[in-house]
Amino acid sequence: MSNHPQEAAKFVANDERMHWHDKALWFVREKRDLASKSIPEWEELRSVASEIKTHTLSKLDYYLEEFEKNATQKGITVHWAKDALEHNEIVYSLLEKNKVSKIVKSKSMLTEECHLNPYLEERNIEVIDTDLGERIVQLRNEPPSHIVLPAIHLKKSEVSETFVEKLGTEKGNDDPTYLTRAARASLREDFLDAGAGLTGVNFAIAQTGGVVVCTNEGNADMGASLPKLHIASMGIEKIIPKLEHLGVFTRLLAKSATGQPITSYTTHFHAPVVDGEMHIVIVDNQRTPFLASKDYNKALACIRCGACMNTCPVYRRSGGHSYGYVIPGPIGSTLGNFKDPKANKTLPFACTLCGSCTNVCPVKIDLDTQLYTHRQDLGAQGLLSKQKTISMKITAKLMQHPKLFDFFGKTIRKLVPMLPKSIVYSKYNIWGQTRDLPKMPKNSFKELYKQGLKDEL
Amino acid sequence: MNSKQYILNSIKNTNIIKETPCPQIPDFGIVYEDKFEQFAQIIKTVGGDALVCKKEDLDKTIASLYEDEKVISSNVDGCTLGNFNTDVDDPHKLKDIDLAIVKGEFAVSENGAVWIKNEDNKHRVLYFIAQNIVIVVQKDKIVNNMHEAYENIDFSDAGYGAFVSGPSKTADIEQSLVIGAHGPKSGYVLFVE
Repeated sequence: MSNHPQEAAKFVANDERMHWHDKALWFVREKRDLASKSIPEWEELRSVASEIKTHTLSKLDYYLEEFEKNATQKGITVHWAKDALEHNEIVYSLLEKNKVSKIVKSKSMLTEECHLNPYLEERNIEVIDTDLGERIVQLRNEPPSHIVLPAIHLKKSEVSETFVEKLGTEKGNDDPTYLTRAARASLREDFLDAGAGLTGVNFAIAQTGGVVVCTNEGNADMGASLPKLHIASMGIEKIIPKLEHLGVFTRLLAKSATGQPITSYTTHFHAPVVDGEMHIVIVDNQRTPFLASKDYNKALACIRCGACMNTCPVYRRSGGHSYGYVIPGPIGSTLGNFKDPKANKTLPFACTLCGSCTNVCPVKIDLDTQLYTHRQDLGAQGLLSKQKTISMKITAKLMQHPKLFDFFGKTIRKLVPMLPKSIVYSKYNIWGQTRDLPKMPKNSFKELYKQGLKDEL
Repeated sequence: MNSKQYILNSIKNTNIIKETPCPQIPDFGIVYEDKFEQFAQIIKTVGGDALVCKKEDLDKTIASLYEDEKVISSNVDGCTLGNFNTDVDDPHKLKDIDLAIVKGEFAVSENGAVWIKNEDNKHRVLYFIAQNIVIVVQKDKIVNNMHEAYENIDFSDAGYGAFVSGPSKTADIEQSLVIGAHGPKSGYVLFVE
C-alpha cells in the first residue's frame, strides 16, 4: 500500500537533500535536451516510434508468436509466464536443472516487479545484482529509486559507508572512481563464479527472433557471455516487428534516458554462447488488461528510458521511494494505479498535470492525460478520501447553481475575515496547512467584470 | 490451457487497439559532411578516442598506446601483437587479457558506435572481459546514422552482434562519470586507411 503524500513529506523534510536530488535529476533532463537537439529529425523520430509501438500492440499476439518461432529456430528456448510466480518458477527450475547456486543479474525492472531475488534467495540461490547502482542498493537492502539510475537518491558518502562495511574499502574515501573500482574488483569475482547470467530485455525483434540489451557498464554482457546459461526475462510489450525498427529506438533510448548518444553496449543476442543455453521468459503479469483499456493502453508502449521521471517536478522533489511502487514517476503512477488502484490510489495525485512528461516521452505516451483520467476513475470507484469526496460534491453543486455560487462567495468573503484563525486553519483545511489564505476581496470577479463592462460603456 | 495459449488468447479476445499499418521509416536520418570527424568528436565525449593509421603501422600505433600491457589477443589482419590465443575451450580462461585487439565491421558517426559481429572469435566475452580494447575498422566503413547502420546488419546466419561505443562506464555514484565499470577501462577505435 503506497502513500505518496506521507512518504514525500519525509523526503521533503530534508530541504538540502531535496534540492540536491532535484538538481541531480534536472541535470540529466538538460543532457537529454542537448542530445535531442543534436538531431533535427527528433520530433519525427518520436512520431514514428509511437506509430511502430501502436502497430505492434494492435497485433501483439501475432508478433509474439512470430518471435517465438524465429527464436526457437535460432536455438533459443522460449517460455511463457502468465504471472510473477510462474516467471520465478521457470527461472528457478532452469537454475535447478543446471545445478546453479549463484547467479549474476543485470538490471531488469521486470525481475524487480516479480520479486525474483527473494524468491531465489529463499531457495538458497545467491543473487548478485551487477549494475553498480543496483549493487549499491542491494547491499543496502533497498529497492532502486529510479529505473535507469537506481542509486540516484544516495550521496557518495553514503555509498562509501556501505562499501566500507560490505566491501572493506577505506573509511572516508568517497571518491567515485575509487568506489567504482572497488565494486569492479569485487564483482569480477562474482562474474567468474556464477553459474548463470540473468538479464532483462530492451527490445525483442519478431522478425529475427533475438533480443537486444542496452547497458553502459558491460555487466549484462559479462553475465550473459561468461556462464553457459543465459536467461532473459521480458514483458510481452517489449516486442518490435523488424530489425530496421531498432534504428528508431536505439536513437531515442539513451538520448532520452541520460543524454548519451547511445549506450556503451547495445548487444543483439540471437543464439546461446558456445556449448551453452539461452532461454527467454515472456511474461504477462497483468499487462494484457492494458490492451483492453481505451484510456491506458498506450502505457504499454513505454521503453523504460526514465525521461518522464527526470523531468517530473514531483518526482524530482519527492524521490523514487515515495511512490511505493516498483516503477516510480509518471509512468509508474499510471501503471501501478491501473494494476492495483486500491493500493496505489495516491499516485495519480503525485502530479501537477504540467504535462512535461508527455512532452519528453520518446514514444509519446499521454502520461498527464492518463493520470488525470485515473483521478476520475478513482472517484467513480469510491476510492477517494472522505474529505476529497465531500469537497468535490459541494464544489459540483455550487458550480451547477450560479445563484448559490454568488451567495456562497459573498458569504465567505464576509465571514472568513471575522473567524478566528483556529477555525479558518483547522485540520480540515489541508490547503492552508502550509499556505496562507489570500486576503478576501470586497467584490467577486463576476461583479468586477460587470462593473468593467459598464465603465467601458 | 497452457500459459502461452492463455496469454495469446487474452490478447486476441480483449485487445481493442485498432490495427494500424506498420509505418515506413522515412529517409530522415541526419547526414554529416565529414563522417570521420563527427565520429571522432562523439567518441571523445564517451571516454574513447579515434585514430587513423596505415595498415602497415597497426602494430606500431597500438604498441605506443599500450606500452605496459602484457597479455594481448588479436584477431585483426595485419596486427601481430597478439600473444594469447582466445580459441580456448572455456571463456573463463580469458580473464587475464590486458588488451584485446578486435575487428569492427563499421562505425556510426551519429553516436560513436562500432558494430562488432564476432565472426573471427569464439567467445563473446572477449569484448567485455579484457581490461582494454582496440577496435580496428576500415576507414571507408563509416555510416551516418543508425538507420543506415541497420541496413548493413543481417541475422539470417548470425547469432550475435553488438554496437560498442567507447569503453565501459558508469555514473551511478552521484552522476560522476567513471570510465571502466565492468568492461574495458579504455577503448580506441583505430581506422585503417
